[in-house]
Amino acid sequence: MNDGLAALGRWGLGVFQRLGRGHLFLAHVLAGLPTLLPRPGLVIAQLHAVGVLSLVIIVVSGLFVGMVLGLQGYNTLVDFGAEESLGVVVALSLVRELGPVVSALLFAGRAGSALTAEIGLMKATEQLAGMEMMAVDPLQRVIGPRFLAGFLAMPLLAAIFSAVGVFGGYFVGVGLLGVDDGAFWSQMQAKVDLHEDVYNGVIKSVVFGFVAAWIAVFEGYDAPPTAEGVSRATTRTVVHTALAVLGLDFVLTALMFGE
Amino acid sequence: MTPGTSDDVLIRVEGVHFARAGRPVFDGLDLTVRRGRVVAIMGPSGTGKTTLLRLIGGQLRPDRGRVMVDGQEVARLGRGDLFRLRERMGVLFQSGALLTDLSVYDNVAFPLREHTDLPEALIRDLVLMKLESVGLRGARDLMPAELSGGMARRVALARAIALDPLLVLYDEPFTGQDPISMGVLVRLIRRLNDAMGLTSVVVSHDVEETAAIADDIYVISGGKVVEQGSRDELAASTSPWVRQFMRGEPDGPVPFHYPAPDLADDLLGGEGA
Ligand SMILES: Nc1ncnc2c1ncn2[C@@H]1O[C@H](COP(=O)(O)OP(=O)(O)O)[C@@H](O)[C@H]1O
Ligand SMILES: [Mg+2]
Repeated sequence: MNDGLAALGRWGLGVFQRLGRGHLFLAHVLAGLPTLLPRPGLVIAQLHAVGVLSLVIIVVSGLFVGMVLGLQGYNTLVDFGAEESLGVVVALSLVRELGPVVSALLFAGRAGSALTAEIGLMKATEQLAGMEMMAVDPLQRVIGPRFLAGFLAMPLLAAIFSAVGVFGGYFVGVGLLGVDDGAFWSQMQAKVDLHEDVYNGVIKSVVFGFVAAWIAVFEGYDAPPTAEGVSRATTRTVVHTALAVLGLDFVLTALMFGE
Repeated sequence: MTPGTSDDVLIRVEGVHFARAGRPVFDGLDLTVRRGRVVAIMGPSGTGKTTLLRLIGGQLRPDRGRVMVDGQEVARLGRGDLFRLRERMGVLFQSGALLTDLSVYDNVAFPLREHTDLPEALIRDLVLMKLESVGLRGARDLMPAELSGGMARRVALARAIALDPLLVLYDEPFTGQDPISMGVLVRLIRRLNDAMGLTSVVVSHDVEETAAIADDIYVISGGKVVEQGSRDELAASTSPWVRQFMRGEPDGPVPFHYPAPDLADDLLGGEGA
């Protein structure tokens, strides 16, 4: 009983210590970001790596999710004779929810885990310590560009996901199931609100991008410098990002759309 | 060996105590490194050689005592001053620590690009000169993964001297090298030291190779310097410990066994019972 309590206490302390380290780390990284201004090439290279890494999976998944939405939405709407609203249903689901959330989950699995593994391996092979001894701050030179690239890539990826998804829904709804072409687009145009829907979706993906990039680079930087340490950190990136994104999605949705 | 005048001394380690995970690594370590010399610090694995380099480079702070480099106490330096000091220090890590996503050329150019505003044409000349001095000008376009262990270490050496440092620290430069690349590295360390007017600290447990190029040798054990002097002085040492170490005898004052309870007790389950 006492042992269990002690273990619980240790675990709790460990969690708070990590949280503390994570926040100090973030503060340090953010403080170093201005040093990247004269060297945009560093960020662009990472943006390329992170963005291109995720592009294929984002486009393919977006297409399929959109097609499923088209199919499911049609089956429901047709019972009410409201299949003309299919465009609205598809677009709203994507822009408000599925775009930001699913692309953040995919981002964690594809780019986040890669970032963690890369940084963890750089640490394990003394590349980060070596940089410090060359009087170069790895938080500015290595972590900063990767964090910023992840943060910037996320909203773009979410936008691509939603756009491709809409075409997936269009393909199934209009192309295969015979929904009226004009109605599909005009209803979407009339009912999807720029502020209410699109901006809120973008805000979500900005928040998710921040959190996903932060978790990915912190897990890599904080990983024990061993093969096992890096592999565990990679797994943790995916799990923690998924939990954080889903939890935050509920909070943000409640704040944005709840009355 | 006479301790040099203060101007002559580049590194002075004074009464350093340092513990890791509650276990003392250094227990009153004293040593001096004079300018222009190649100084070897030897001792068995786990005696704290890497730790000593990290103390000199300011990645760790001593619990007690001082580490002075070029007249400055390393542990007291703020981040900016510490980084300025490190710009004048080259470090060759045990693993080489090359940046795996950069080519050989870009690895050597890395410190120049980070710390100077030199035009790319001049950086190119400097990089090629440094690579030439380690014999790898032809390997400039290779990636670190394509290098042999010995080549990787020479590239790391070219990078370490890219900014024309005052001091180069070598952590186990010879481990895992075949005899040829070992010989190359040994001569390179000596040659660069003399040609560039460096001071070199070589930390190693490869006794023969290290002793061959060192002006001064320190042998550390149990957190202290147990013997110091030139190669001949050490070879003539009467200390049984130094003799065991220099000759590589398996047992002696340094026990073969890590401290453990009596084997018979252990086998009979002394602890669990
Ligand atoms: N990060 C660390 N945490 C705890 N103990 C360490 C750590 N690094 C090294 N040590 C311990 O410090 C001692 C000295 O290590 P080190 O300087 O690496 O020895 P050497 O380079 O001479 O082989 C060893 O006993 C090692 O176990
Ligand atoms: Mg070592």
